[in-house]
Amino acid sequence: MSAQDIQDWIRREVAGNDVVLFMKGSKTMPQCGFSMQVAQILNQLGVDFKDINVLEDMGVREGVKAYSNWPTIPQLYVKGEFIGGCDIVREMFQAGELEQVLTEKGIGHNRRTMTA
Amino acid sequence: MPMAADDIARLIKERFPDAEIRIEDLAGDGDHYAATVVSEAFRGKTRVQQHQMVYEALRGSMGGALHALALKTAAP
Repeated sequence: MSAQDIQDWIRREVAGNDVVLFMKGSKTMPQCGFSMQVAQILNQLGVDFKDINVLEDMGVREGVKAYSNWPTIPQLYVKGEFIGGCDIVREMFQAGELEQVLTEKGIGHNRRTMTA
Repeated sequence: MPMAADDIARLIKERFPDAEIRIEDLAGDGDHYAATVVSEAFRGKTRVQQHQMVYEALRGSMGGALHALALKTAAP
């Protein structure tokens, strides 16, 4: 795939799935602590999300950084919008803001029961 | 190659002269840092925009020379 094809592919993925997490490893087997934290937060909120393992494709790994102008993985997208990486997602979760965003965007989730 | 805390602080200070910067070397290995940056420049920006501004100040080091920088930003 060309760099442009990869950008188009990423755009389709984040547009076609309500919640997408670009991560190192998979949701069942994360291979990086930061990716694991975000996956755990989403699981704790009972959010159904699509995981994309960037370790399986170097083009996607670099392409998603260019897509969002964000230098690191993981990256969380909700309804096509880039929400943030691990620090931001954790901060939002602890402040209850992540739930607000999910509610505003019509994504089903549980209530937060504890802090990560 | 790891980056020294002073280098991180210097690059951030160049871009945000008013910033209050606190950098913690989390593992003592010069490779895992936590930084808190408070600057007027962040006012009215989203968290994503604030972090992007800091990453720009670090001129591509983030994700490269700088493996892990837990970042917290705020306006005063």
